[in-house]
Amino acid sequence: MPEPKTLSEKIWESHVVHREAGKPDLLYIDLHLVHEVTSAQAFESLRMQDRKVRRPDLTLATVDHNVPTSDRDKVWPDPLSIQQVEVLDKNAADFAVPYYNVDDVRQGIVHVIGPEQGLTQPGMTIVCGDSHTATHGALGALAFGIGTSEVEHVLATQTLIQTKPKTMSVEVNGALPPHVTAKDVILTIIRTIGVGGGIGHVIEYRGDTIWNLSMEGRMTVCNMSIEGGARAGLVAPDETTFKYLEGRPHAPKGADWNAALDYWRTLPTDEGAKFDKVVVLNAADIEPAVTWGTTPAMSLPVTGRIPDPEPFTDPQAAELGVRALRYMDLKPGMAIEDIALDRVFIGSCTNSRIEDLRAAAAVAAGHQVNGKVRAMVVPGSGLVKAQAEAEGLDKVFTAAGFEWRDAGCSMCLGMNPDFLLPGERCASTSNRNFEGRQGPGGRTHLVSPAMAAAAAIAGHFVDIRNWKGN
Amino acid sequence: MQAVKTIRGVAMPLNRADVDTDQIIPAKYLKLVERTGFGRYLFDSWRKDESFVLNDPAFAQAQVLVGGPNFGCGSSREHAPWALEDYGFKAIIAPSFADIFRNNCSKIGLLLVQLRPDEVEILMHEAEKKPGTEITVDLESQTVGVVGQEWTMHFDIDPFLKFCLTNGLDDIGLTMQKADNISSYEKSRPHFYPVASS
Repeated sequence: MPEPKTLSEKIWESHVVHREAGKPDLLYIDLHLVHEVTSAQAFESLRMQDRKVRRPDLTLATVDHNVPTSDRDKVWPDPLSIQQVEVLDKNAADFAVPYYNVDDVRQGIVHVIGPEQGLTQPGMTIVCGDSHTATHGALGALAFGIGTSEVEHVLATQTLIQTKPKTMSVEVNGALPPHVTAKDVILTIIRTIGVGGGIGHVIEYRGDTIWNLSMEGRMTVCNMSIEGGARAGLVAPDETTFKYLEGRPHAPKGADWNAALDYWRTLPTDEGAKFDKVVVLNAADIEPAVTWGTTPAMSLPVTGRIPDPEPFTDPQAAELGVRALRYMDLKPGMAIEDIALDRVFIGSCTNSRIEDLRAAAAVAAGHQVNGKVRAMVVPGSGLVKAQAEAEGLDKVFTAAGFEWRDAGCSMCLGMNPDFLLPGERCASTSNRNFEGRQGPGGRTHLVSPAMAAAAAIAGHFVDIRNWKGN
Repeated sequence: MQAVKTIRGVAMPLNRADVDTDQIIPAKYLKLVERTGFGRYLFDSWRKDESFVLNDPAFAQAQVLVGGPNFGCGSSREHAPWALEDYGFKAIIAPSFADIFRNNCSKIGLLLVQLRPDEVEILMHEAEKKPGTEITVDLESQTVGVVGQEWTMHFDIDPFLKFCLTNGLDDIGLTMQKADNISSYEKSRPHFYPVASS
C-alpha cells in the first residue's frame, strides 16, 4: 500500500519537475493569471534579458485592480492607472499572452474569471501575483500568490522553485444555522487560528459544513486563507465541483471530460493521511461575524460588544488591540449593532459572484439605503454583471438606492477611484480591514453580503437573523 | 541580485505584531511600473506621525529592522520588499515572517533572519534603549550579534537560499538550465488541462 497522502501533497507530487536533496522542488505551473499591478516589472525584466514567455497558452491576463467601475468610456481620472493598464495592453500583445482587456465582457477580478471560464480545474497548480489566489483552491487546485520576481520566473520557465509546505486540516462539522454564510465561516476560522496561524501551511478545508457549501461559498472560504497566514487553501473536488465545471468554456469536453473525472476522483485526501496541524470547529457555534479591528482575526459575532484589549495577557496583542480601537474610533463595551456606517461596499474577489449578489439583493429588495449611507455593488466580472442584470438584480439594487457598477477590485483596496475618505466607516464584503486598506484613514468592517446589505439599509450593523424581510 | 555576506548597521526597532504590506507600502503607490524609488513611500501613513520610529534621526541610517511576529502579512506585493530595500534596509529580524513576503525578500537579496521571540526581544530591547545600536548579521556563520558585545545568536536558513544569497544567483537562469526536465514534464501532463485564449 502506498502511504496515504493529502490532496495538496498529491497535487504537489504530481507537479515536481525536478527534485534534488537539500533544495526546494522545481514545480510546474498549469495556469498563470496575470494582472496589471504586479506584472509590469516582470515583463520589463524579460525584455531586458531577451527572454520569452515560455507558455503564453498557460497564461491569462486581465485588468482589475486599477480599472474605474463607472464612466469607463470617459477619460480615467488617474493617469498612472491609465499607464499601468496600457503597459499590460502592450505586454500582452508583445508576448502573445491571452488577454481580457477592459472592453472584453469577460474582464473582471482575476480570481472570479478563472473559475467562471472553467480555466480553474481540480488538481492544477495555479499562481498569480496576488495573495488571494487561494480562491481557486475551492475547485481542488493548489493555488497561491507570488511576488513579481516569481511572476517573472513563471513567465520565463512555467515553473517555480518552492519549498514543500506543511499541511493543515481545518474541519468544520454540522449544519450552519440559518443566515450564517461562508463568509462567517472563514472569519470565524481566522479568529480561531489567528492571522499567523497558517504560516508555512496549506489549509485543506474539510468536514460536512464545507462540503455542503456551494462552489461559490467554498471560493469565499478559500479566498481568505492568506488572512490566516496560509498561502494556499483548498477543498477536495466532489460532485459539486464537477457540476459547477461541466459545460464551462474551458472545461474538458466529451471523452476528455470523462478522463478528467476519472483523474479528479483520485485526488481527495486518502483515509489515514496525516496533517501537520488540525483544527476542528462546530458549525452550530458560528454566528454572523463583523470585524471590529485592523486585522481579519479581530472579529466578533454581530451580537457581541467591542472587547477591552488592555487586560489581554499577551502585551503585544493588548497593544495591537488598543491601537486598533484608536484607529477604528471605537470604545470597549460598545455593541456591534450600534456602530453607524458611512459607506457599504459589496464586491471583491471574496464576495462578488452571482450568489453573493443574489444574497445581498434578497435583503435589499423593497427597502431603501439609509440616507446617511453611500452603498455600492461591484460585480466580480462582466459576465457576473450580465447574469445579475438578466435576473433583474441590478433593478433591485438601484431601486433600493445602491450604485450598480462595472467589474473590478474597486474599493477592496482603493487603487481605482473607489476609496474611503479619512474617517469614513465602511461595511465591506472584502477581505482586509488593515489600516488604510480602503483609503488612507478609512475604517473597514468585514462582513457577509447579506450583512452588508442590511447594514446599508439600517445605517448600522444589524443581526441578519432578525431581518424584517426574512 | 547583489550577493549578501555580512551586514552591519544601525538597528531600528518596530515592536508591532502583524505588520502588513499595506502599511509597508499602501496600494496607491503600486501604480508605478518601475522597480526602484519606493523607499520614499515606506510606511507612508505611519510616517505621518512624528513620533513614528522611522522619523527618529537616531535611526536615519538604519540598515537592520527588528520587527514583531508575522511580519509582512497580507498582500503579495513585492513593492513592500522593494520599498524596504530602497530605503536602505538590508536585513529584517523577527520571530516569524509571512510566507509570500519571505519568498519575495529572498528574490531580491533582502535577508530575513528568524529568531526565537525571546531572542528578538533582546535585540528589540537593545535597539530601543540604546538608539544607534549596531547589529551584525553574518550569513556565512548564520549568526547575529550586537556590536561591542561578545555573544552571538545562531539563526537557521534554508541551505539553498543561503547558497543563492551568498552568490547573488539569478534563479531564472538556474531554472532555464533545466529546460530539458521542463520539456519532458510537459509531455507527461494530463492532455485535458486547459489552455487559455483571448
